[in-house]
Amino acid sequence: MSSMLGKRAVSSFISLMVLIVLVFFLSRLTGDPAALYLPVDASEEMRQNFREIHGLNDPVLVQFGHYLADLVRFDFGDSLRKARPALEVVLEAFTWTLELALITMALVTAAAIALGSLAAFNIGSPLDRIASLLSLIGASAPDFWIAIVGIVLFSVSLGWLPTSGTGSVWHWILPISVLFIRPFGLILQVVRGSMITALGSAYVKTARAKGVKNRPIIFVHTLRNAMLPVITVIGDQAAALLNGAVVVETIFGFPGVGKLMIDSILQRDFNVILAAIMVTALAIFVMNLLIDIAYALLDPRIRT
Amino acid sequence: MAEHLLEVRDLSVRFHTARGVVNAVNGISWHLDRGETLAILGESGSGKSVSASAIMNLIDCPPGEITSGQILFEGRDLLTLGGEARREINGRRIAMIFQDPLSHLNPVYPVGWQIAEAGMAHGESRHDAYARTLELMRRVGIPEPDAAMKKYPHQFSGGQRQRLMIAMALVLKPDILIADEPTTALDVTVQAEVLSLLEELQEETGMGLLLITHDLGVVAEAADRAVVMQGGRIVETGTPRELYHNAQHPYTRKLLAAAPGKGAMRQADERPAPILQVRGLTKSYGAFTALKCADFDLRAGETLAVVGESGSGKSTVARLILRLEEASGGEALWKGEDLLKKSHRQMAPLRRQLQMVFQDPTQSLAPHMSVFEIISEAWAIHRDILPKARWRARVTELLEQVGLQPEHADRYPHQFSGGQRQRIAIARALALEPELIICDEAVSALDVSIQAQVIDLLGRLRDELGIAFIFIAHDLPVVRDFADRVLVMQKGEIVEQGPVTEIFERPRELYTQRLLAAGLDADPDVQAGRRAARLALAG
Repeated sequence: MSSMLGKRAVSSFISLMVLIVLVFFLSRLTGDPAALYLPVDASEEMRQNFREIHGLNDPVLVQFGHYLADLVRFDFGDSLRKARPALEVVLEAFTWTLELALITMALVTAAAIALGSLAAFNIGSPLDRIASLLSLIGASAPDFWIAIVGIVLFSVSLGWLPTSGTGSVWHWILPISVLFIRPFGLILQVVRGSMITALGSAYVKTARAKGVKNRPIIFVHTLRNAMLPVITVIGDQAAALLNGAVVVETIFGFPGVGKLMIDSILQRDFNVILAAIMVTALAIFVMNLLIDIAYALLDPRIRT
Repeated sequence: MAEHLLEVRDLSVRFHTARGVVNAVNGISWHLDRGETLAILGESGSGKSVSASAIMNLIDCPPGEITSGQILFEGRDLLTLGGEARREINGRRIAMIFQDPLSHLNPVYPVGWQIAEAGMAHGESRHDAYARTLELMRRVGIPEPDAAMKKYPHQFSGGQRQRLMIAMALVLKPDILIADEPTTALDVTVQAEVLSLLEELQEETGMGLLLITHDLGVVAEAADRAVVMQGGRIVETGTPRELYHNAQHPYTRKLLAAAPGKGAMRQADERPAPILQVRGLTKSYGAFTALKCADFDLRAGETLAVVGESGSGKSTVARLILRLEEASGGEALWKGEDLLKKSHRQMAPLRRQLQMVFQDPTQSLAPHMSVFEIISEAWAIHRDILPKARWRARVTELLEQVGLQPEHADRYPHQFSGGQRQRIAIARALALEPELIICDEAVSALDVSIQAQVIDLLGRLRDELGIAFIFIAHDLPVVRDFADRVLVMQKGEIVEQGPVTEIFERPRELYTQRLLAAGLDADPDVQAGRRAARLALAG
């Protein structure tokens, strides 16, 4: 178990290194920040000066060397746009995203598991049909459209909820609801399928022959086995949210890491892009580790 | 008329499937008394397990439908009782164990909890249930029961898992135990132990035992009475002796005739020169040695059986010779050339001389390829054998040779029965005109009557084409009928080898004697002798 986690850590570190190299050089390809940050009529001298200050005149490889040296000290440099340490800017945004992702995924997981299990146990019933329909709609709904319709309906027409920004509990409702839909649809489908397989398995037959009641058969015998494939999907969906729900964050003016990344790319704020990618990559690494641990906790065959 | 403990009257069950209605059982009736062992004997598809599922309320309706009948337990008809009343009976009054205990135990919970749950589900306190679990685990012979309670199913052997299932069934001292093919997946020696355990427990508790099986030997060993089922109907009922000596129904007679181990044994021909000489063949996985210094010869046209329990290394021999795995040491001289030293490129032309037929044809035939493609694929690889224009004709020929029809060439594996699939696998092996075919448990998964047909086919091919066989099997009666020489393996070593008559009539090693005594015979009188021999050897 610990050796498996060790191997995971090493391979994740290597992917992180590759990621740093790729992102550093690719972001350099987007163009010269001096062209964006200085007035259109800035003199060549001013541009040179700007490049000199930010080390943009050095050969790219030298820039990369400096960058790596700083990274080791957790120094991602300053944001060009905000003139603050890039890491600080990113962590601020990431906190918002993390909260949004955690709340959404907790709700999604609870709802999908409850409804999916019941649907699987009452296969073919009206409840099962409704669950399947919901999951199909959820999995295929375009979030940007739902977001806009949501604003029009609940904020503009009914005036119940704020259109965008943060500040109160009410501000969270629309973004969470919109982000909820797709993972809910997908996970519901996986829970239902996986539960149907597990309910048809031989050990459930044994439990029925033992005289175990229905509720423990569903929630004790079957659910834990059925959770194994579900956890993988939950992980994937959570990773997507951690990366920053770009569209939803932009529409709701939510100051998360997705919105920050888009803004930074558009404004060639290299240090922030890199810091944001490193932070989300690290978060996804941690989450994969948690999934591995959850797997091992649920399935003794992995542990022993 | 005295009331029976359990009586099934005129039960009919059908299933609504995509391919229409299937009548699983049609108006069957049987009864079971206290302290009695009733066997339901039948081949796959005979409906032998359906009445047990109906008793345990395990038939899902739909797609199942119970169209007629009664199941009387202590005068009450189970089929008219409500769900909660039936749950009360399951586990407490009537318990059931199954074939393949690995999949029937929940993989993610400790076995101690799973056994105790049988008590707790019926209102026993946690403390009592665990105390009883410990007692039962000791009773069924699980070593170190305290520690074993906390282990998970995958940490036990097949025989131990079945013992755990038995313990689970006995927590509440049921009146009836239903055992559905309880020993089918187990080694012969383990099978004999599990059957004796069931018998002892039955004597202690006086429960009625319903034994569902396809194995005439199990009936001869354990049953007081047996019902024979075919196509959802009971064709005959009687004691094992009556059935064996005086079978009335043609189907029972056919089953008895198909039971292997009755024909004349072959006389090994010592004259031909060896085509395969194996010396010091060894395979280790890390510190574990799967095969230690195996030495044996195979003569041209000879059938060499390799027998032993699971884990004895018998399949490893085959995999090493065919280079499906790399040996750790030794040599395998095929007509004087060491197969183990060949590069993969040098091995390719030799592979057509050495073919293999696996145990499970469902897995060894590619599901998306037609029979024609499966058989002719070999000619696409070894291009010099046959020009493409003749492929179709040759496939037809091969199919006829293995007893299939020419029109089967364009069907897919899933459209065939298990026996037919194994014939396809044999035709595929024959396509390369091999000199040696290695059969790894090639008939183990087949019903007795189908098994007999496939063995007949292999025997015919041996006589007509002079093919040599290495026949890996755990089923001794089949080996007795088919082999020239036998190699007995235990824990990676060859403990004894010799002509089939020697091994079966004058076994030298204690292990071979045990193995032979553990094998079950369809004749209850022979079986009684075996049983005595087994007890003598164990004592």
